[in-house]
Amino acid sequence: MAALNVSVVSADQEVWSGEAAMVVAKTVEGEIGILPGHEPMLAILAGGEVRVTLPGGEKITARAEDGFLSVQSNSVQVVASRAELS
Amino acid sequence: MGAQLRVYRQKIKSAQTTKKITKAMELIAASRIQKAQARVSASTPYSRAITRAVSAVATYSNVDHVLTTEPEKIERAAIVILTSDRGLAGAFNSQVLREAEELAELLRSQGKEVVYFLVGRKAVGYFQFRHRESERQWTGSSENPEFELAKEIADAVLESFLRDASDGGVDEIHVVYNTFVSMMTQTPTVVRLLPLEVVEGVAEPDATVQPLYEFEPDVETVLDGLLPVYIESRIFNALLQSAAAKHAATQKAMKSASDNADKLITDYTRLANNARQAEITQQISEIVGGADALVAAK
Repeated sequence: MAALNVSVVSADQEVWSGEAAMVVAKTVEGEIGILPGHEPMLAILAGGEVRVTLPGGEKITARAEDGFLSVQSNSVQVVASRAELS
Repeated sequence: MGAQLRVYRQKIKSAQTTKKITKAMELIAASRIQKAQARVSASTPYSRAITRAVSAVATYSNVDHVLTTEPEKIERAAIVILTSDRGLAGAFNSQVLREAEELAELLRSQGKEVVYFLVGRKAVGYFQFRHRESERQWTGSSENPEFELAKEIADAVLESFLRDASDGGVDEIHVVYNTFVSMMTQTPTVVRLLPLEVVEGVAEPDATVQPLYEFEPDVETVLDGLLPVYIESRIFNALLQSAAAKHAATQKAMKSASDNADKLITDYTRLANNARQAEITQQISEIVGGADALVAAK
Protein backbone atom coordinates (compact mmCIF):
# COMPACT_ATOMS: atom_id res chain seq x y z
CA MET A 1 0.00 0.00 0.00
CA ALA A 2 1.17 3.44 -0.79
CA ALA A 3 2.76 5.46 1.95
CA LEU A 4 1.78 8.88 3.11
CA ASN A 5 3.90 11.84 2.23
CA VAL A 6 3.99 13.90 5.36
CA SER A 7 5.39 17.33 6.02
CA VAL A 8 5.19 19.31 9.22
CA VAL A 9 5.64 22.99 8.48
CA SER A 10 5.93 25.96 10.82
CA ALA A 11 5.96 29.62 9.88
CA ASP A 12 9.70 29.96 9.57
CA GLN A 13 10.82 26.50 8.52
CA GLU A 14 9.93 22.96 7.50
CA VAL A 15 10.10 20.98 10.72
CA TRP A 16 9.94 17.48 9.36
CA SER A 17 9.11 15.76 6.11
CA GLY A 18 9.20 12.20 4.90
CA GLU A 19 7.17 9.05 4.35
CA ALA A 20 4.86 7.64 6.96
CA ALA A 21 2.36 4.83 7.44
CA MET A 22 -0.06 6.71 9.64
CA VAL A 23 -0.67 10.16 11.04
CA VAL A 24 -2.71 10.84 14.16
CA ALA A 25 -3.65 14.42 14.90
CA LYS A 26 -6.08 16.21 17.15
CA THR A 27 -8.55 18.44 15.39
CA VAL A 28 -11.19 20.62 17.00
CA GLU A 29 -13.65 17.73 16.65
CA GLY A 30 -11.41 15.11 18.19
CA GLU A 31 -8.56 12.82 17.28
CA ILE A 32 -8.28 11.69 13.73
CA GLY A 33 -6.11 8.98 12.23
CA ILE A 34 -5.08 9.16 8.63
CA LEU A 35 -4.01 6.15 6.62
CA PRO A 36 -2.96 6.08 2.97
CA GLY A 37 -5.91 6.53 0.65
CA HIS A 38 -7.73 8.97 2.91
CA GLU A 39 -10.15 11.30 1.21
CA PRO A 40 -9.08 14.92 0.70
CA MET A 41 -9.62 16.84 3.87
CA LEU A 42 -8.95 20.17 5.50
CA ALA A 43 -9.24 20.34 9.25
CA ILE A 44 -8.41 22.80 11.97
CA LEU A 45 -6.01 21.48 14.58
CA ALA A 46 -6.85 21.84 18.24
CA GLY A 47 -3.24 22.17 19.24
CA GLY A 48 -1.28 19.43 20.88
CA GLU A 49 0.55 16.40 19.63
CA VAL A 50 0.70 15.11 16.10
CA ARG A 51 1.91 11.52 16.01
CA VAL A 52 3.50 10.21 12.86
CA THR A 53 4.12 6.47 12.50
CA LEU A 54 6.93 5.69 10.11
CA PRO A 55 6.72 2.69 7.73
CA GLY A 56 9.19 0.85 10.00
CA GLY A 57 6.96 1.27 13.03
CA GLU A 58 8.93 4.05 14.69
CA LYS A 59 7.03 7.01 15.99
CA ILE A 60 7.67 10.71 15.75
CA THR A 61 5.78 13.24 17.80
CA ALA A 62 5.52 16.89 17.00
CA ARG A 63 3.81 19.68 18.84
CA ALA A 64 1.75 21.99 16.69
CA GLU A 65 -0.08 25.06 17.84
CA ASP A 66 -3.02 26.68 16.12
CA GLY A 67 -2.65 25.29 12.67
CA PHE A 68 -4.45 23.08 10.25
CA LEU A 69 -4.17 19.73 8.63
CA SER A 70 -4.59 19.14 4.94
CA VAL A 71 -4.83 15.78 3.25
CA GLN A 72 -4.76 15.44 -0.50
CA SER A 73 -3.93 12.37 -2.56
CA ASN A 74 -1.73 10.73 0.06
CA SER A 75 0.12 13.89 0.95
CA VAL A 76 -0.46 15.16 4.44
CA GLN A 77 0.52 18.62 5.56
CA VAL A 78 0.50 19.77 9.13
CA VAL A 79 0.77 23.54 9.02
CA ALA A 80 1.09 25.57 12.18
CA SER A 81 2.47 28.97 13.03
CA ARG A 82 4.54 27.23 15.68
CA ALA A 83 5.55 23.60 15.47
CA GLU A 84 8.42 21.58 16.85
CA LEU A 85 9.46 17.99 17.27
CA SER A 86 9.26 16.65 20.77
CA MET B 1 55.11 72.17 6.04
CA GLY B 2 52.85 74.29 3.86
CA ALA B 3 49.31 74.96 5.00
CA GLN B 4 47.89 73.61 1.75
CA LEU B 5 49.72 70.32 2.13
CA ARG B 6 48.43 69.88 5.65
CA VAL B 7 44.84 70.43 4.49
CA TYR B 8 45.17 67.75 1.81
CA ARG B 9 46.71 65.26 4.22
CA GLN B 10 43.83 65.84 6.63
CA LYS B 11 41.30 65.21 3.88
CA ILE B 12 43.03 62.01 2.84
CA LYS B 13 43.01 60.77 6.41
CA SER B 14 39.32 61.52 6.88
CA ALA B 15 38.43 59.78 3.60
CA GLN B 16 40.42 56.75 4.71
CA THR B 17 38.58 56.55 8.03
CA THR B 18 35.23 56.84 6.30
CA LYS B 19 36.24 54.15 3.87
CA LYS B 20 37.09 51.79 6.72
CA ILE B 21 33.61 52.24 8.14
CA THR B 22 31.74 51.87 4.85
CA LYS B 23 33.82 48.84 3.91
CA ALA B 24 32.96 47.17 7.21
CA MET B 25 29.27 47.95 6.76
CA GLU B 26 29.40 46.56 3.24
CA LEU B 27 30.84 43.27 4.47
CA ILE B 28 28.35 43.01 7.32
CA ALA B 29 25.44 43.65 4.96
CA ALA B 30 26.77 41.07 2.50
CA SER B 31 26.86 38.40 5.18
CA ARG B 32 23.38 39.33 6.40
CA ILE B 33 21.86 39.06 2.92
CA GLN B 34 22.65 35.36 2.91
CA LYS B 35 20.93 34.87 6.22
CA ALA B 36 17.91 36.95 5.27
CA GLN B 37 17.54 35.11 1.99
CA ALA B 38 17.77 31.78 3.78
CA ARG B 39 14.91 32.91 6.01
CA VAL B 40 12.83 33.87 2.99
CA SER B 41 13.30 30.46 1.45
CA ALA B 42 12.76 28.67 4.78
CA SER B 43 9.35 30.30 5.07
CA THR B 44 8.20 29.30 1.59
CA PRO B 45 6.97 25.77 2.50
CA TYR B 46 4.58 27.38 4.99
CA SER B 47 3.19 29.98 2.63
CA ARG B 48 2.97 27.43 -0.16
CA ALA B 49 1.00 25.04 2.06
CA ILE B 50 -1.37 27.78 3.11
CA THR B 51 -1.87 29.08 -0.42
CA ARG B 52 -2.64 25.56 -1.56
CA ALA B 53 -5.16 25.09 1.24
CA VAL B 54 -6.84 28.41 0.52
CA SER B 55 -7.10 27.62 -3.16
CA ALA B 56 -8.50 24.20 -2.28
CA VAL B 57 -11.25 25.82 -0.26
CA ALA B 58 -11.89 28.30 -3.04
CA THR B 59 -12.12 25.53 -5.61
CA TYR B 60 -14.20 23.01 -3.70
CA SER B 61 -16.69 25.27 -2.02
CA ASN B 62 -18.58 28.38 -2.90
CA VAL B 63 -18.89 30.03 0.44
CA ASP B 64 -18.72 33.78 0.71
CA HIS B 65 -16.56 35.01 3.50
CA VAL B 66 -16.37 38.50 4.90
CA LEU B 67 -12.68 38.70 4.03
CA THR B 68 -13.20 37.79 0.39
CA THR B 69 -16.27 39.82 -0.46
CA GLU B 70 -15.79 43.17 -2.06
CA PRO B 71 -17.64 45.87 -0.13
CA GLU B 72 -20.10 47.84 -2.21
CA LYS B 73 -18.60 51.18 -1.47
CA ILE B 74 -15.06 51.68 -0.28
CA GLU B 75 -14.89 54.72 1.96
CA ARG B 76 -11.56 54.28 3.62
CA ALA B 77 -8.43 52.44 2.56
CA ALA B 78 -5.41 51.52 4.65
CA ILE B 79 -1.83 51.45 3.46
CA VAL B 80 0.72 49.38 5.33
CA ILE B 81 4.21 50.72 4.62
CA LEU B 82 7.21 48.52 5.33
CA THR B 83 10.46 50.43 5.72
CA SER B 84 13.65 49.77 7.62
CA ASP B 85 14.71 51.06 11.02
CA ARG B 86 18.05 52.33 9.83
CA GLY B 87 19.14 54.41 6.91
CA LEU B 88 22.36 54.18 4.89
CA ALA B 89 20.60 52.04 2.37
CA GLY B 90 20.48 54.27 -0.69
CA ALA B 91 17.04 54.79 -2.13
CA PHE B 92 15.56 51.86 -0.21
CA ASN B 93 13.26 53.82 2.08
CA SER B 94 12.59 56.80 -0.15
CA GLN B 95 11.47 54.64 -3.05
CA VAL B 96 8.99 52.72 -0.94
CA LEU B 97 7.68 55.93 0.61
CA ARG B 98 7.33 57.51 -2.82
CA GLU B 99 5.41 54.46 -4.03
CA ALA B 100 3.11 54.75 -1.00
CA GLU B 101 2.53 58.44 -1.69
CA GLU B 102 1.57 57.68 -5.28
CA LEU B 103 -0.82 54.99 -4.14
CA ALA B 104 -2.36 57.33 -1.57
CA GLU B 105 -2.78 59.96 -4.28
CA LEU B 106 -4.53 57.44 -6.50
CA LEU B 107 -6.83 56.25 -3.72
CA ARG B 108 -7.72 59.82 -2.80
CA SER B 109 -8.55 60.60 -6.41
CA GLN B 110 -11.03 57.72 -6.22
CA GLY B 111 -12.68 59.44 -3.30
CA LYS B 112 -11.28 57.20 -0.58
CA GLU B 113 -9.90 58.33 2.71
CA VAL B 114 -6.43 56.96 3.43
CA VAL B 115 -5.09 55.74 6.78
CA TYR B 116 -1.59 54.47 7.39
CA PHE B 117 -0.02 51.58 9.27
CA LEU B 118 3.72 52.11 9.55
CA VAL B 119 6.46 49.56 10.05
CA GLY B 120 10.02 50.73 10.58
CA ARG B 121 11.52 53.81 12.18
CA LYS B 122 12.12 55.48 8.81
CA ALA B 123 8.44 55.57 7.90
CA VAL B 124 7.56 56.80 11.38
CA GLY B 125 10.15 59.55 11.12
CA TYR B 126 8.90 60.55 7.69
CA PHE B 127 5.37 60.94 9.04
CA GLN B 128 6.41 62.70 12.21
CA PHE B 129 8.45 65.25 10.29
CA ARG B 130 5.42 66.11 8.18
CA HIS B 131 3.07 66.10 11.18
CA ARG B 132 0.89 63.45 9.65
CA GLU B 133 -1.34 60.98 11.40
CA SER B 134 -0.95 57.23 11.35
CA GLU B 135 -3.13 54.51 12.80
CA ARG B 136 -0.49 52.18 14.22
CA GLN B 137 3.30 52.04 14.25
CA TRP B 138 5.80 49.25 14.76
CA THR B 139 9.50 49.89 15.11
CA GLY B 140 12.62 48.12 16.20
CA SER B 141 12.49 44.71 14.58
CA SER B 142 12.48 45.25 10.86
CA GLU B 143 16.04 43.92 10.44
CA ASN B 144 15.21 40.50 11.74
CA PRO B 145 11.43 40.15 11.67
CA GLU B 146 9.84 37.49 13.83
CA PHE B 147 6.57 35.79 13.08
CA GLU B 148 5.04 37.42 16.16
CA LEU B 149 5.43 40.81 14.50
CA ALA B 150 3.63 39.59 11.38
CA LYS B 151 0.88 38.26 13.61
CA GLU B 152 0.55 41.54 15.43
CA ILE B 153 0.34 43.50 12.19
CA ALA B 154 -2.14 41.02 10.75
CA ASP B 155 -4.30 41.22 13.88
CA ALA B 156 -4.30 45.00 13.76
CA VAL B 157 -5.22 45.28 10.09
CA LEU B 158 -7.85 42.54 10.37
CA GLU B 159 -9.37 44.24 13.37
CA SER B 160 -9.67 47.53 11.54
CA PHE B 161 -10.92 45.75 8.41
CA LEU B 162 -13.70 44.03 10.35
CA ARG B 163 -14.74 47.23 12.11
CA ASP B 164 -17.57 49.19 10.53
CA ALA B 165 -16.63 52.08 8.30
CA SER B 166 -18.68 54.38 10.54
CA ASP B 167 -16.44 53.43 13.49
CA GLY B 168 -13.31 54.29 11.59
CA GLY B 169 -12.79 50.87 10.07
CA VAL B 170 -11.27 50.40 6.66
CA ASP B 171 -12.66 48.58 3.63
CA GLU B 172 -9.48 47.91 1.76
CA ILE B 173 -5.90 47.20 2.76
CA HIS B 174 -2.78 47.66 0.68
CA VAL B 175 0.80 46.75 1.55
CA VAL B 176 3.78 48.60 0.11
CA TYR B 177 7.20 47.00 0.51
CA ASN B 178 10.48 46.35 -1.26
CA THR B 179 10.87 43.00 -2.94
CA PHE B 180 14.25 41.38 -3.22
CA VAL B 181 14.76 40.81 -6.93
CA SER B 182 18.51 40.36 -6.95
CA MET B 183 21.58 41.69 -5.20
CA MET B 184 21.46 44.75 -7.44
CA THR B 185 17.72 45.35 -7.75
CA GLN B 186 15.07 45.87 -5.12
CA THR B 187 11.74 47.04 -6.44
CA PRO B 188 8.96 48.65 -4.43
CA THR B 189 5.81 46.57 -4.73
CA VAL B 190 2.18 47.29 -3.95
CA VAL B 191 -0.09 44.40 -3.01
CA ARG B 192 -3.75 44.60 -2.16
CA LEU B 193 -4.10 42.38 0.86
CA LEU B 194 -7.80 42.71 1.63
CA PRO B 195 -10.39 41.98 0.41
CA LEU B 196 -8.68 38.81 -0.65
CA GLU B 197 -8.63 37.97 -4.28
CA VAL B 198 -8.68 34.21 -4.28
CA VAL B 199 -7.63 33.40 -7.79
CA GLU B 200 -9.86 30.68 -9.12
CA GLY B 201 -8.34 27.66 -10.72
CA VAL B 202 -4.93 27.84 -9.14
CA ALA B 203 -5.33 24.44 -7.46
CA GLU B 204 -2.78 21.77 -8.23
CA PRO B 205 -3.28 20.00 -11.55
CA ASP B 206 -3.57 16.62 -9.80
CA ALA B 207 -6.53 17.90 -7.82
CA THR B 208 -8.83 18.05 -10.81
CA VAL B 209 -10.26 14.54 -10.34
CA GLN B 210 -11.23 14.96 -6.72
CA PRO B 211 -14.60 16.56 -6.37
CA LEU B 212 -14.85 15.54 -2.72
CA TYR B 213 -13.20 17.55 -0.05
CA GLU B 214 -14.04 17.11 3.54
CA PHE B 215 -13.89 20.08 5.87
CA GLU B 216 -13.70 19.64 9.55
CA PRO B 217 -15.69 20.96 11.38
CA ASP B 218 -17.24 22.79 8.39
CA VAL B 219 -16.34 25.10 5.53
CA GLU B 220 -17.11 28.34 7.36
CA THR B 221 -15.01 27.48 10.39
CA VAL B 222 -12.13 26.30 8.25
CA LEU B 223 -12.22 29.52 6.25
CA ASP B 224 -12.45 31.54 9.47
CA GLY B 225 -9.32 29.85 10.70
CA LEU B 226 -7.49 29.77 7.41
CA LEU B 227 -7.85 33.24 5.98
CA PRO B 228 -6.29 35.16 8.89
CA VAL B 229 -3.40 32.71 8.77
CA TYR B 230 -3.09 33.37 5.07
CA ILE B 231 -2.91 37.10 5.73
CA GLU B 232 -0.30 36.54 8.43
CA SER B 233 1.85 34.51 6.13
CA ARG B 234 1.57 37.12 3.38
CA ILE B 235 2.67 39.85 5.79
CA PHE B 236 5.45 37.69 7.19
CA ASN B 237 6.69 37.03 3.68
CA ALA B 238 6.61 40.75 2.90
CA LEU B 239 8.57 41.50 6.08
CA LEU B 240 11.23 38.94 5.26
CA GLN B 241 11.50 40.17 1.68
CA SER B 242 11.84 43.72 2.87
CA ALA B 243 14.57 42.74 5.33
CA ALA B 244 16.54 40.92 2.64
CA ALA B 245 16.10 43.85 0.27
CA LYS B 246 17.28 46.25 2.96
CA HIS B 247 20.53 44.37 3.42
CA ALA B 248 21.09 44.22 -0.33
CA ALA B 249 20.40 47.95 -0.63
CA THR B 250 22.81 48.68 2.23
CA GLN B 251 25.48 46.59 0.61
CA LYS B 252 25.05 48.39 -2.70
CA ALA B 253 25.06 51.85 -1.09
CA MET B 254 28.10 51.08 1.05
CA LYS B 255 29.96 49.66 -1.90
CA SER B 256 29.51 52.82 -3.89
CA ALA B 257 30.49 54.86 -0.82
CA SER B 258 33.73 52.87 -0.51
CA ASP B 259 34.41 53.33 -4.22
CA ASN B 260 33.81 57.04 -3.86
CA ALA B 261 36.18 57.23 -0.89
CA ASP B 262 38.81 55.45 -2.98
CA LYS B 263 38.43 58.01 -5.73
CA LEU B 264 38.66 60.89 -3.27
CA ILE B 265 41.81 59.44 -1.75
CA THR B 266 43.45 59.15 -5.17
CA ASP B 267 42.49 62.70 -6.11
CA TYR B 268 43.71 64.21 -2.87
CA THR B 269 46.95 62.21 -2.97
CA ARG B 270 47.67 63.73 -6.41
CA LEU B 271 46.93 67.22 -5.12
CA ALA B 272 49.05 66.63 -2.01
CA ASN B 273 51.97 65.42 -4.12
CA ASN B 274 51.60 68.49 -6.30
CA ALA B 275 51.61 70.77 -3.29
CA ARG B 276 54.65 69.04 -1.80
CA GLN B 277 56.56 69.33 -5.07
CA ALA B 278 55.67 73.01 -5.34
CA GLU B 279 56.93 73.56 -1.81
CA ILE B 280 60.26 71.82 -2.55
CA THR B 281 60.71 73.84 -5.75
CA GLN B 282 60.08 77.00 -3.83
CA GLN B 283 62.57 76.04 -1.12
CA ILE B 284 65.28 75.25 -3.71
CA SER B 285 64.80 78.53 -5.47
CA GLU B 286 64.98 80.32 -2.12
CA ILE B 287 68.27 78.61 -1.27
CA VAL B 288 69.72 79.30 -4.72
CA GLY B 289 68.60 82.89 -4.52
CA GLY B 290 70.10 83.26 -1.04
CA ALA B 291 73.46 81.76 -2.10
CA ASP B 292 73.55 84.06 -5.13
CA ALA B 293 72.95 87.07 -2.91
CA LEU B 294 75.76 86.00 -0.53
CA VAL B 295 78.19 85.56 -3.45
CA ALA B 296 77.25 88.96 -4.86
CA ALA B 297 77.74 90.63 -1.43
CA LYS B 298 81.37 89.51 -1.11
